[in-house]
Amino acid sequence: MAEIVDLSIEDELKAQVRAVAAGGGQIEIIGGGSKRFYGETIEALPIDVSAHSGVVDYDPAELVITLRAGCGLADVQSLLAGQRQMFGFEPPLFGAESTIGGMVAAGIAGPRRAFAGGIRDFVLGVKMLDGRGQVLNFGGRVIKNVAGFDLARVMVGSQGTLGVILEVSIRVVPIPEAETTLDFEHKSAGEHIRWINGLGSHPWPISASQWAAGQSRLRLSGSEQGLREASSQLGGEQIDYAWDDLREQRLEFFDPDQPLTRITLPPAHADLPIDLPQLIEWGGALRWFSGAGNIADMRAGLEGAGASVCAYRGHDAGVGVFHPLPEPMLRLHRSLKSSFDPAGIFNPGKIYPGL
Amino acid sequence: MSETGREKLAARFREFLPAESVIDQQTSLRAYECDGLSAYREQPLLVLLPENIAQVQQIMRLCHEQRLPVVSRGAGTSLSGGALPHAGGVVLSLAKMNRILKIDQLSRLAVVEPGVRNLAISEAVRDRGLYYAPDPSSQIACSIGGNVAENAGGVHCLKYGLTLHNILALKVVAADGSIFEIDQRALQRDGYDLMPLLVGSEGMLGIVVEVTVKLLPIPRCARVVMGVFDSIEKAGDSVAAIIGEGIIPAGIEMMDNPAIRAAEDFVHAGYPVEAEAILICELDGTEEEVQAQITLVEQVLTRGGAVETRLARDEAERLLFWSGRKAAFPAVGRISPDYYCIDGTIPRKSLAAVLAGVRSLSEEYGLPVANVFHAGDGNLHPLILYDANNEGELEKTEELGSRILQLCIHHGGTITGEHGVGVEKLGEMCVQFSEPERNQFHAVRECFDPLKILNPGKAIPTLARCAEFNAMHVHDGEVPFPELDRF
Repeated sequence: MAEIVDLSIEDELKAQVRAVAAGGGQIEIIGGGSKRFYGETIEALPIDVSAHSGVVDYDPAELVITLRAGCGLADVQSLLAGQRQMFGFEPPLFGAESTIGGMVAAGIAGPRRAFAGGIRDFVLGVKMLDGRGQVLNFGGRVIKNVAGFDLARVMVGSQGTLGVILEVSIRVVPIPEAETTLDFEHKSAGEHIRWINGLGSHPWPISASQWAAGQSRLRLSGSEQGLREASSQLGGEQIDYAWDDLREQRLEFFDPDQPLTRITLPPAHADLPIDLPQLIEWGGALRWFSGAGNIADMRAGLEGAGASVCAYRGHDAGVGVFHPLPEPMLRLHRSLKSSFDPAGIFNPGKIYPGL
Repeated sequence: MSETGREKLAARFREFLPAESVIDQQTSLRAYECDGLSAYREQPLLVLLPENIAQVQQIMRLCHEQRLPVVSRGAGTSLSGGALPHAGGVVLSLAKMNRILKIDQLSRLAVVEPGVRNLAISEAVRDRGLYYAPDPSSQIACSIGGNVAENAGGVHCLKYGLTLHNILALKVVAADGSIFEIDQRALQRDGYDLMPLLVGSEGMLGIVVEVTVKLLPIPRCARVVMGVFDSIEKAGDSVAAIIGEGIIPAGIEMMDNPAIRAAEDFVHAGYPVEAEAILICELDGTEEEVQAQITLVEQVLTRGGAVETRLARDEAERLLFWSGRKAAFPAVGRISPDYYCIDGTIPRKSLAAVLAGVRSLSEEYGLPVANVFHAGDGNLHPLILYDANNEGELEKTEELGSRILQLCIHHGGTITGEHGVGVEKLGEMCVQFSEPERNQFHAVRECFDPLKILNPGKAIPTLARCAEFNAMHVHDGEVPFPELDRF
């Protein structure tokens, strides 16, 4: 499955970037805009890159798809589903306009993250425009590739601060034959965390987990036989549950009128002493808190724990959306940014000041 | 450097290292002059064997101050010359830092020093029902620090990933002796994800001094089926058909006739020596799942034209089936005075075309080639049989290897799937990457190591090197990359 790629849009983007760089301007890269909320607000010229779309190559037997960044995520998902394949990291859409480029740049994975891997684990190659308006290719279209530094995967979650993603090659996985959800009662978050981490020492076919309001939920994925066997041994109550509602944050817990905090930390870390409604995903590694809390205190309390406290959505401006980095690490980030984008034209300040 | 210069330098390191941790005697230095790619040899000024992180930091501070090149080294099993010493620098061996520091069952991780052997990790956690998944062929000997530097693979990559996918955190000593950490135990951290940058950076961005690896539960059941084919194409198509069924095998390996013969001669695994190709396919999971999938795979193989399928009856036979594949390199080593292992990766659909190309190149150069293939992930290992004692044969072999890698690039693949660039594939890097791309690699390196003291001369070719390579490889009057400036 390959399409003739219309290069004129790429040339147009290149010219745009060069013009802005020459004129001392700055650019906000916009795909579908569905994840624009994520990160700091930017004052720069918005450039819509969503017209740069099209499937460059897809051969299901290779387990790899190569896409231009403007491809609609929903369209790509139905194309894959037609071949009984999918993205293993279960990306959220957060809106019908969501694009592949935005998915990679934001780097937000869904409920499957802890059990199948994150976006960077599946990205194989990236074609991008750097701050000089040069087209660069890193990685490739094959699963194993160790030639050159793996800059393609570094693009995942870089929020457009390193360049404009033009094309991306992503590994895909088969859609599991069957899925089922089991429901368990675990009154406290701590009980859930111990239980779900304990399950990890056995090869259960778990593909998602959730805890909220005293209920633990597990999604199992695999063959019919495998699921029957695992369900009978794990116990719990078999229920119908729309995991898409969790992925898209449509559950009641994710009240759009309340600030939302995302804390990621080593999965077996004890329950956090934060007095707000909590929802736990990713086998304990992802903990959402709904409501106004003191972000600075949360960050201080998790110093040295390998955690990130992200003021994900709806917090006061000025709090800093992303967890601050230690000074030497921030310097390294800035020098990496400037190696790709010396004039600092792309998404200025999207992650941290100067980044 | 003169002998007195060497002695003076050794004395500086002995100020903070135990005397026996500084090797400066010619006879002892010789043991470090090459890694697994023995065609390249160089003697370093000194070899240093620190015992802890503080000593590594002190070494780096002094090397930084003296602008001394530093080549870090694990077990020295690299097949690309990644640990080849620098004549004007030191080798920093991490062999003495070989302790398992922590095993955390609840978090399913182990914290280890870089010199710990790959297999030793799995052995240490087996009682707990856990293992470390990546299994490069050298896993008995190779160290985890080296695995991180090379992003090592193995036969189970398709299902369980490369080293990158199985590392949770790294502690790294930077070129200036400071320490930084990359901790992804949380699965998502704010800021750039530098793990993919460090893993596979071939010792050029820092010295890995502590590694936190992910441990997986041992699958309850693993079974192997072998498909025997009278053509490479049918075997290749059968791999695609298995994946088309939605099955991701734990491992799927292909061998061609010369590789089958060599392996059978060596380990007597019962391989069919008349076959053009065999496929060895392993499935793992629960009893029921594996049973259902193995039946399906047998059907697919038969439908794909296998003249025979063999199911390993028990664990002993499963290991026997694997023994031939795992011993393929030494087996080829027995039938030829020397062999040279190539590490290209190609889209699987190009297998037949690439193997046909390899065959005609093999005839052109008059050098036999045996092929083993990580068929699931497209990683091809042609083994060129040669005799280094014949005048000019090594050079001819290297040229054939280079032509094979360029063939892989031509088919949309890459010059190295798991062995790394090292010193070996610098020239081919000039073909795979454009000048602005190579400049970006150099720029990234300088973010970590502005003085360029870490493993200089490896992995990323200089502009001059590429000009030289391209000058030597003009085919049919056409210069590759005509847009580049020439010297």
